[in-house]
Amino acid sequence: MIRKTVLRNFLLAALGAAALLGAAVTHAGVTLLNVSYDPTRELYQDVNKAFAAQWEAKNKEKVTIRQSHGGSGKQARSVIDGLEADVVTLALAYDIDEIAERAKLLPADWQKRLPANASPYTSTIVFLVRKGNPKQIKDWNDLIKPGVAVITPNPKTSGGARWNYLAAWAYAERKFKGDARKTEDFVQSVFRNVLVLDSGARGSTTTFVERGVGDVLIAWENEVLLALKELGPDKFEVIVPSVSMLAEPPVAVVDKVVDKRGTRRVAEAYVQFLYSDAGQEIAAKHYYRPRNEKAAAKYAAQFPKVTLFTVGESFGGWQKAQKTHFADGGSFDKLYQPAVKAAVKR
Amino acid sequence: MAVELTASELLHAPRPAARAKALPWAAIAIGLAALSYLALFLFVPLAAVFFEALKKGFGVYLSAISEPDAWSAIRLTLIAAAIAVPLNLVFGVAAAWAIAKFDFPGKSVLVTLIDLPFSVSPVIAGLIYVLVFGLQGWFGPWLAEHDLRIIFAVPGIVLATVFVTFPFVARELIPLMQAQGREEEEAAALLGASGWQTLWRVTLPNVKWGLLYGVILCNARAMGEFGAVSVVSGHVRGLTNTLPLHVEILYNEYQFAAAFACASLLACLALVTLALKSWIETRTKA
Amino acid sequence: MAPLNLAAKRHSVLPGFGLALGLTITYLSLIVLIPLAAAFIKTATLTLDQFWAAVSAPRVVASYQLSFGAALLAAAMNAVFGLAVAWVLVRYDFPGRRIVDALVDLPFALPTAVAGIALAAVYSQNGWLGAPLAALGIKVAYTPLGVFVALAFIGLPFVVRTVQPVLEDLDREFEEAAHSLGASPAQTFLRVVLPAITPALLTGFTLAFARALGEYGSVIFVAGNMPMVSEITPLIIITKLEQYDYAGATAVAVVMLLASFTLLLAINALQAWTRRRQGEKT
Repeated sequence: MIRKTVLRNFLLAALGAAALLGAAVTHAGVTLLNVSYDPTRELYQDVNKAFAAQWEAKNKEKVTIRQSHGGSGKQARSVIDGLEADVVTLALAYDIDEIAERAKLLPADWQKRLPANASPYTSTIVFLVRKGNPKQIKDWNDLIKPGVAVITPNPKTSGGARWNYLAAWAYAERKFKGDARKTEDFVQSVFRNVLVLDSGARGSTTTFVERGVGDVLIAWENEVLLALKELGPDKFEVIVPSVSMLAEPPVAVVDKVVDKRGTRRVAEAYVQFLYSDAGQEIAAKHYYRPRNEKAAAKYAAQFPKVTLFTVGESFGGWQKAQKTHFADGGSFDKLYQPAVKAAVKR
Repeated sequence: MAVELTASELLHAPRPAARAKALPWAAIAIGLAALSYLALFLFVPLAAVFFEALKKGFGVYLSAISEPDAWSAIRLTLIAAAIAVPLNLVFGVAAAWAIAKFDFPGKSVLVTLIDLPFSVSPVIAGLIYVLVFGLQGWFGPWLAEHDLRIIFAVPGIVLATVFVTFPFVARELIPLMQAQGREEEEAAALLGASGWQTLWRVTLPNVKWGLLYGVILCNARAMGEFGAVSVVSGHVRGLTNTLPLHVEILYNEYQFAAAFACASLLACLALVTLALKSWIETRTKA
Repeated sequence: MAPLNLAAKRHSVLPGFGLALGLTITYLSLIVLIPLAAAFIKTATLTLDQFWAAVSAPRVVASYQLSFGAALLAAAMNAVFGLAVAWVLVRYDFPGRRIVDALVDLPFALPTAVAGIALAAVYSQNGWLGAPLAALGIKVAYTPLGVFVALAFIGLPFVVRTVQPVLEDLDREFEEAAHSLGASPAQTFLRVVLPAITPALLTGFTLAFARALGEYGSVIFVAGNMPMVSEITPLIIITKLEQYDYAGATAVAVVMLLASFTLLLAINALQAWTRRRQGEKT
């Protein structure tokens, strides 16, 4: 009868599915999980391939690296809630600090364990505009012109957006010689011109590039250069502002997880690979500014010169910057609220 | 102005057909309004899925849906549905049996509680499981100690899917079984049938179409759930991404044709669901 | 002989009550009630002041206005047009009617993410419908209007499907009598048909509203996600989660849950009313 057949078929399907699941999970060798932020998808595809090949050649062991991508804050939260990451490669040190503090998965001084503030590559914040730059956007103060539509992700959820915000702030502070009021007004004016606030860097790029929304995208340099390559060098232009932030996206091995899973050796080798010549070359190819002198010299042409501020110098480090600007009640919350009336009138 | 009709005129007046064939202006206006509403909100987006999927050609389409990450997403989606649907099916039958065939205090509260997942936001559905099973949650440390992964692994996804599809079968069966009454079952029981026999041979055959209907809806929702699964999945590619999540990933990687290709698979699933529903309706009316 | 009053007995001749009810309640508790309780328990760690601050922050309140407002408007539009669609499907015959009838359920069967990217593609500035609308100065994608469109899509089948059976069962005699007594079609509709379908219409409206309220997947791709302007409440919950503000996230979630529960009670009451009306007519 039909109900028996239906039920039986479902039970068979469930059993079959369970079998498939079992089959899917078993495979030989070591697996690592790299929990990363939004724009690094393409980068780690190549890095993982290269590292796996190198590891297999040297140690005769197969290593599979699984990736997870999302907004940096969101990824950190997932790790804190139990996502077993062997390695985290996030957008800013604050997010890894949170993992250390809230979930105690790695020591508080994790950033000192690897060279260059645990950031094997750096990036900066630049602008992407439509071909021909119709709105004549050359620098930060062009973003506050009336009628300019700015696209940036939401600093509350996106690591990249926090770098964007701090870059704008750093510019204003320098321009207004430290006048707090004028600085705040400037940043507020920038956000008054923001049309869409996606939750992650990639979302903003999609909005600007694919959906044709906005006049200027504030984004990671590597993201912008990638978008240019993938989606139309003949449709967009990169504009490098006068000043920007030295964005240092850090990497770390998550001690508790690798010790539990027994993958410490591979994980540490993986992280070291990012600093090696091969790793730095791949990073540079993906438009991340390498630390390594050789790679930097080789790819110097694709990275324009910018005056760069760091979080440490200009903002007293990430803990302070987070508290002052991005935590609840911080500067972003304060200056974003009055912007609603202007935005709604659009 | 009243028209006076004789009795025989009334009797022999032509009855309007069940569906009017002639189309006066009001009907045309309503028809146009209805159909353009459907077009704007329904047909055009549906067509867009297939159009965008095939924009870069059939080759790209095929490679998008046969790529390993896509396959593991399909597999995970099927697994989640294959577990969630039977569980909710058994539950639905049990709940409908208790509610329709018996009277007890608090019955309406129970019915309302069963309907609860239907109106809860999927984000909240995911959130509560993180609160219970996440590392910072109730059972987190215990689970970590025993190396059991629920959140950010397949079991978490299955749980979230079970939650959002919880009431589908029950909501179909309860009113149906209530409408059908208890006489047949009572007759069977009085004639000596055991509970199981009554269930299998009397009740279920009567509700088989409603049951199938609920199962199909439950399945469609299970395979398509996004919000709840997005919160509890770790977005680990090739491992904890269902097909809807995979669509999001592709979309975020500028692979729009591939994203729409996978989306079209889900859209086809939806269309098959609708066709089955339609078929069941004809059988019910027969 | 007194009629067998089987219905009055709590446990009738039918077996299996204990098992069925036990299974139901256990499953319900494990899957639904206990996890939902977690949200309330977490919120209880906040003081009343903190709770109030979290749920009444301007940004959160703006999101309520958007989520509730757009859901309400979308449900209202669905009520009007859904009724038209149901009318057309029940009263008229045209080629392709069966197909249109089946397709009405599409939002119900289509995954929300697919709906989201499809709507974003269609209504964006270079999309099929977005481009002509943009020429008229109407921006849909990434504005509250986009949220509205997505929610209208989601709620479309509810009104149609609750009104359709009632329309089908509607006794034509009353309409014919009204017509023969001289009523215009509008009068017939307003005074004969509408009162008869009002319970079903309200039920469908409330169902569409409840569904639209918590919707995430289809909206998130097409909303602008601008705080204070086009940010829906589920997104605020996620944002708070990502800031490690679990208690704040659950506080907002509790507000939404209370709204959901209220709506659910309303729906059940309306459905009971509808059933009573149907019962009266037989």
